[in-house]
Amino acid sequence: MIEVKNLQKSFGESHILKGITTSFNKGKTNLIIGQSGSGKTVFLKCLLGLFDYESGSISYDGKIFSQLSEDEKRNLRAEIGMVFQGSALFDSMTIAENVMFPLRMFTKQSKSEMSERVDFVLNRVNLENAHDKMPSEASGGMQKRVAIARAIVNNPKYLFCDEPNSGLDPKTAIVIDNLIQEITEEYQITTVINSHDMNSVMEIGEKIVFLKDGLKAWEGSNKTIFKTDNEVVTDFVYSSNLFKKVRKMYLEENG
Amino acid sequence: MTYLSNIGAYFLMIAEMFRKPTKWSVMKQLILKDIDDLIIGSLGIVSFISFFVGGVVTIQTALNVDSPLIPKYLVGFATRQSIVLEFAPTFMSIIMAGKVGSFITSSIGTMRVTEQIDALEVMGINSLNYLVFPKFIALMLYPFVISIAMFLGILGGMAACVYGGFSSLEDYIVGIQTDFIPFHITYAFIKTIVFAFLLATIPSFHGYYMKGGALEVGKASTTSFVWTSVLIILLNYLLTQMLLS
Repeated sequence: MIEVKNLQKSFGESHILKGITTSFNKGKTNLIIGQSGSGKTVFLKCLLGLFDYESGSISYDGKIFSQLSEDEKRNLRAEIGMVFQGSALFDSMTIAENVMFPLRMFTKQSKSEMSERVDFVLNRVNLENAHDKMPSEASGGMQKRVAIARAIVNNPKYLFCDEPNSGLDPKTAIVIDNLIQEITEEYQITTVINSHDMNSVMEIGEKIVFLKDGLKAWEGSNKTIFKTDNEVVTDFVYSSNLFKKVRKMYLEENG
Repeated sequence: MTYLSNIGAYFLMIAEMFRKPTKWSVMKQLILKDIDDLIIGSLGIVSFISFFVGGVVTIQTALNVDSPLIPKYLVGFATRQSIVLEFAPTFMSIIMAGKVGSFITSSIGTMRVTEQIDALEVMGINSLNYLVFPKFIALMLYPFVISIAMFLGILGGMAACVYGGFSSLEDYIVGIQTDFIPFHITYAFIKTIVFAFLLATIPSFHGYYMKGGALEVGKASTTSFVWTSVLIILLNYLLTQMLLS
């Protein structure tokens, strides 16, 4: 479980995060949503320890990140998997080498043990025959699946995904969403996804944190988001006619 | 103020490069890859340029000292001095700032743009040690490249001298042995090591700390070439003043 208390972050005079308090649960897909410029990416980078913050605290299963020693922070980072928006695969390595990378860096496994584990996770993301391809030879969806495989290969306790569906067609986006949700449940990972894809919100948003202007404007789930009358949320989530109709139908069916 | 801040950031980068070392089994492969990219990959262009510039230096010297009072072996002597003292260590380093330097800046800069450096940091890897340290170690073999440049420069001079009919092979060989001071080789290699350090670190700095997208990668490569060249020229002057005067 990740707990965030009163998190504040500024860049010069510009206050990006103005005191966010929330928590992300183990074994659940937690989504951070909000308009562009609402502070989602900065929030995610603070959670990852890539940005320092002025005040507040972030704790990982009770361990407050800012109070950890450098060694403890390094050990904690080895328990984190991250799927970047652009996949961030190492373009000088093959797909198998990319997935093997965290194992080579952080474990003392033999080459055959590492290869076995790589085979297993590549199978898990349905990429059985892509070992020797270079990232540039893979499609956007394949690259995302490789990024997920690399993120989970070392059995992380925490998985972060920044816009995992951006640039993907709707069908592939659903495959990626379902894959993340299955992996989260299967390995009981605390997963935090930064997204503004409303399909993802409805499909896998077991917990949703809505940010607006650096503040938490709403918190709920894909079940409660249909019923909320918070104008800020409804303006954003139901801005398209399609979602307005979906919401109307849901409310008619479920009261 | 920006210059001071950049100088501070540059020295902090160098200090950070030696901290939290990457696992040796991984580092070994990175070093071998960088030796291949930066050293072995440069041998072709270095050999080509050295051979022909050596020839041009010889022709220019021979044409400009065309007096019966000046001994013929002077052509070989002047070529050796030009190649060993300045051409091979200094001007070859400026050429390498263009070739190797822009390769380093653009490869690290692209990793920055495509979040590959963030991916390393998230995993808890010291990205400066992972990316810059192997280049620094690989470029410690740079004196080997410069030795080849010296040899081929003098060889190119000999070919131009003999086949151009400026003097005999014997005169040229006497010339390259005349008044030979072994410390000049030491001086050349001290400069080479200093320039190797600049070639590894300045382009890495510009690539690592760049901001923006693909266009900025190009701009960072150009800036890194300019600064590497400026510092090579300045340090060349200082080292020559300190070691030879």
